[in-house]
Formats: sequence, C-alpha cells, structure tokens
Amino acid sequence: MSLDVLTYLFVGLSFALYIGIAVWSRAGSTKEFYVAGGGVSPMANGMATAADWMSAASFISLAGIVSFIGYTGSAYIMGWTGGYVLLALLLAPYLRKFGKFTVPDFVGDRYYSSTARTVAVICTIFISFTYVAGQMRGVGIVFSRFLHVSIDMGVVIGMIIVFFYAVLGGMKGITYTQVAQYCVLIFAYTVPAVFLTMQVTGHFLPQTGLGAAVDPAFNSTLGGKPVLEALDGLVEELGFTAYTTQGTDNLFNIFFFTVALMAGTAGLPHVIVRFFTVPRVKDARVSAGWALLFIAVLYTVVPSVAAIGRLNLINTVNGADGKGTLYAEMPAWFKNWENSGLIAWQDVNGDGKVQYANGSPFKGAKPEFDGDKRAEDGHRLVSNGLTGDEAKFDAAKQPFANEVYVDRDIMVLANPEVAQLPDWVIALVAAGAIAAALSTAAGLLLVISTSIAHDLFKKTLTPHMSEKNELLAARGAAVVAILVAGYFGLNPPGFVAQVVALAFGLAAASFFPAIVMGIFSTRMNKEGAISGMVVGLVVTACYITYFKFMGGTPAQYFMGLTPESFGTVGMILNFVVAFIVSSMTPPPPAEIQHVVEDIRIPRGAGAAHSH
Amino acid sequence: MSLDKDKNNARAYWKENVRIILTYLVIWFLASFGCGIIFVEPLNTVQFFGFKLGFWFAQQGSVYIFLILIVAYAISMNKLDEKYDVHE
Repeated sequence: MSLDVLTYLFVGLSFALYIGIAVWSRAGSTKEFYVAGGGVSPMANGMATAADWMSAASFISLAGIVSFIGYTGSAYIMGWTGGYVLLALLLAPYLRKFGKFTVPDFVGDRYYSSTARTVAVICTIFISFTYVAGQMRGVGIVFSRFLHVSIDMGVVIGMIIVFFYAVLGGMKGITYTQVAQYCVLIFAYTVPAVFLTMQVTGHFLPQTGLGAAVDPAFNSTLGGKPVLEALDGLVEELGFTAYTTQGTDNLFNIFFFTVALMAGTAGLPHVIVRFFTVPRVKDARVSAGWALLFIAVLYTVVPSVAAIGRLNLINTVNGADGKGTLYAEMPAWFKNWENSGLIAWQDVNGDGKVQYANGSPFKGAKPEFDGDKRAEDGHRLVSNGLTGDEAKFDAAKQPFANEVYVDRDIMVLANPEVAQLPDWVIALVAAGAIAAALSTAAGLLLVISTSIAHDLFKKTLTPHMSEKNELLAARGAAVVAILVAGYFGLNPPGFVAQVVALAFGLAAASFFPAIVMGIFSTRMNKEGAISGMVVGLVVTACYITYFKFMGGTPAQYFMGLTPESFGTVGMILNFVVAFIVSSMTPPPPAEIQHVVEDIRIPRGAGAAHSH
Repeated sequence: MSLDKDKNNARAYWKENVRIILTYLVIWFLASFGCGIIFVEPLNTVQFFGFKLGFWFAQQGSVYIFLILIVAYAISMNKLDEKYDVHE
C-alpha cells in the first residue's frame, strides 16, 4: 500500500472511532454536556485531561523548539508539567468540592459579584479563542502536509469532525473521545522516538537513551561519547552556544518564564473544568496524578527527540567528516521537506555542498521560494537574496557560513523519514498530530460554549431559562464557536504565536491568584479580588501589547523580562493589590466565609450540582 | 458531635492540610526552580548517567519529582481525611 493510502486509512479509521464514541455517549442533560454528569473515573479523566492539554503545539512544535534552544527550552518542560502540582495541591480538590460547572461560576459565587463573574467570562472566552485559532490552523497544516489537500480544506474537514462530537456529545462525548485520542497520539509520538534513539545510541528507552553513548556505527568520530556531550561539542564547533548550557546567562528570565507557564497552566479554564467531572474530591487529587503521568510519558520523551534529532540533523547535513554533503547525495527526506518549503538551502560559498552552522543563510527569517525554480543540481532557489553578511562569518568560531534553513516543526514530523521507518509509522504520526489538535480544539470549544450558555445567559442575562433551552443554547454556542474558530483557522491573524503568550500570561495574572486566594483566605473580599484581577490583567496585557505589537525593543524590557515571562509580575501584583485593598475594605459576608470553610472539607461533595 | 467540636475538628484538619501542602511545595520548588534553574550551573559540574546533573533536573528529573509529589499528596490526604473523619 502506498503512503497516501495508508495515511487516509489511519486518519479515516481514527475519525470513525471518534464519531462512533460521540454517538454512543451523547449528552442528554446540561450536567452531562458541561461536566459529563460528574461520573468519569479518575484514570479516564486523567487521560482525557492529558489529550486536552497536549495540543498541536506540544505534539509538533515542542521538541523542535527545545532542539534549537537547548537548555532554555527547559522552561516549557518544567512549566507545562509543574503546573499540575499547583493544580493538584491548590485548586482541583476544592473546586471539585465547590461543585459548579465553570471557573466564572466559582469566581462569581465566591466573590458574590456579577462584575467578578463578567470579568472571568471575558477572560475565559478570550483565552480559549486565542488557543483554538492555533489548533484549527494546526489541523489544516497536518492535513495539507500528509493528505495533499489544501490547508483551507483541512480546516473545514477538522471543523466538521469537531462539530460532530463536541456539539452532540458535550463534555461526555469529548471526554471519551479524548481517551481514544490520547492513545493514538502517544503511540504516534513514542514509536518514532524509540526508533530514532535506537538508531543513534542502540538504546531502547528515549528517556535514558539521552544519557547513553553514541553508537560508533552511527558516527565513528562521536562514537562512545554520551549523546549530550557529543552534541555540545558538535554545536560549539559550528558556532552555536553549547546545547546543555544555552541560555544560562539569563537564568532570571527563565525563572520568571517558568513561573508564568506553571501558574498559567493551573489557571487555564479548559484544564480546571476537567476536575469538575470526577465523582469525589479524592478522585480530583488522584486524577491530577493520572493526568501528569500521561502527560509525562510525552514530555520526558521530548528532550530525547530534541537532542538526538539535532545530532542526527547535523550528522546528516555536514556528513561524518563535518565538511558538508553534496546536494545530490542528500537523503530523500531532506528533499521532501525542501519541496514542502520547511527546509531551504542557499549555497553561500558556492561549493555545491550543503553546510549547516550558526547564522542566517539569507535575508529575512523565512525562505521565499522563487516559485518552483530549481538549480542545475535540483535544489529549490530562494529569492530572499544575500545581505552580504552571510559569507562573513567568524572563522575563529565556525568552519563555514550557514547555508541551511530548517523549520523547527520538522523535528517531529520528519523523524520517521529521517529514521527510515516504514510508511505505516508516518501515517500514524499524521493521525497522532491530528488527534492532538482535535482533542484540544474540542475541549476549548466546550469551555467557550459553556461560558456563553451557562455563565452569560443562564446566570446573567436570562436566569429563568429551562434546562432544555439551556442545553439548546449550549449546543448553539458550540456551533457559533466552531464557526468563529474555523474563520480564524482559514484567515489566521498573523499574531497567533504571540497571543499564546498572552493567554498564559493572562491566566497566570488573573485566574490563578483569584482562585487560590478564594480558597486559602476566608478574609479575601470582592473589592480585593476584583482590583487584583484588573491590575494583574491590565499591566500584563499592556506589557505584552507594547513589546509584541507596538514595536518595543528588548533594551526596554523591565529587568530583562521578555513579554512571555511578564505574567509572573502580573501575578505578584495581583496578590499584593488584592491583599492591600481587602485589608482596607469590609470582610465578605458570613455566608461566603462559611462556603469557603465548607469547600475545605471533602465530605459531602456529591455530584456537581446545578444550583 | 456538637457544632463547636465540628468546627474545631475542621480547623485542625485544615491546618494540617496547609502544612502538608507547604512541605510539598518546598520540594516542588527545590526540584524545579532550585536544581533546574538557580543551582543549574554548579550542578552541571556533576555527571549523572551521561547527563549534566542540572540539565537532567531541568529536562527530566523535575517531571518525575512532580509526579511523585502529586501521588504522595493524594495518599497523605486520604490518610488525613480518615484521621479527621471528613472523608466521603
């Protein structure tokens, strides 16, 4: 069977599975639609949380990012896993005991204020749409690369599939579909990683293989050295900073960035809402453990894929002698990815050999291909042109100028080809990447539709709506949300990557402190919480907007903090402002203080109740 | 149990819970921010199964410790719930 047929078969089968599950677990009540009836087992919930959490970005991009920024990338690995400790210890059990449907529910009730609820609804919708736009685009890109349809067509297909199971099944359908999606995506991620590790080190487990020695059969000069030591030496020779210490000159910023990612993770509405679906408080604690276990399976493989992938890339491009390889002798995967525009080569020194080192091979960040024009040896011509600086490299630091552009996303997508794995593995990776993007998109769409139907209509605008109408409104809101998300997928705003930083920063600076103080302080009142949230939000949003959209330069950074890291400062401000304001204003009413004392005790959680 | 006794019991339970949370958060901080970021450079001088130790904490070890912490917290809390008779 050809690769195309296999890919269609794998992706088609996985879609049939998702839709089948959705039909089987259709939601009949608002409770089933919002929180799956509150009866999901902790392990299934953990698996669904993991699938929900790991998006197209985790699956496709994370290893590529770490691969090119080395140690600095640790912030993502620690940040996106360490947040679950905060969730399990500080949030999940108490929110489960509180037992409502959404994050704005908690904020609105705990701070006895519809203003607080409205601020929370706006944050929820904004954060979730930011995220979902990127997911729909991810679905489109995977479709176009592996199934040869246009990106737009891919987005439309993705919309139809999500429509089926999110609108029909609600949280119940989504949860069980995500269990299936987790299995598909984790298998698709780990299989190529195991093969790649074996090829380079002869070692089986990616996690320990990263510490193993390079197999002399892979590269005779590097053979016998531990992978990371070999890689450090190799990249330093090429003019880069050593892989394992890259970024250690700004540990302060890495620290703040990691805090922002952790608190942001714990404050993201689509993650928090997951813990409303389990039957008991005890299950919420255990479920966070299951979720992190399933997430860790992928996240501990990422560093291996990143480092070994980079080693393999350098070895292939520069050859065993480290002097470059004639284009004609480059392996097929290099040319395949060049065809899809993710690899480009500009022969800076004109020796006909492909050479990879530090520096940019042409003007601008991305290659602009000259149509499908090719040079005599068959490589695609790039029209960016040279700035003249490319050839002027520091000969004391590197042997030649860089000639190769490599898109970061390629690290995961190209692995099966680089490792010369059979076609079915490549088809599997396609199905896995689509599963990762779809599961996250569905979870986010559900949060958006719940916020609109429940928090906005039922709790604010039309409180007398019947259960049947509310369910109808939730399904209607899901349809609208899918259409809006699809629109952003088809017409991606150029700033998707930037606004993801905003989503994490805002979640860290708004929800996380508001919820933690709502549980751990009986004295925190609405004045304190609202002013804290508003200050945290506004300061963070202004900082990010100034540097991402209004042309602020790194020289102007506050204490050297990048916009991605600034959510931590917003979070600290939120806590400080909230405590000062609440100490100057009257304490919350006695019944609210009783509610807080009540959520601290597990007994009597019952099902997530509908008020 | 009288209402007052109930209340005291709940307060004692909460106090012990907060103490457990703080203990685990200290470990959480040391494993990630401590070993993975603040002390990464001195730890990198130590070799650990082919890794620099600081780098290993930042990209592998911290994740394992996070996992152990959540499991340990779930177990400690189940015991605490029983001790104060507040379990479901």
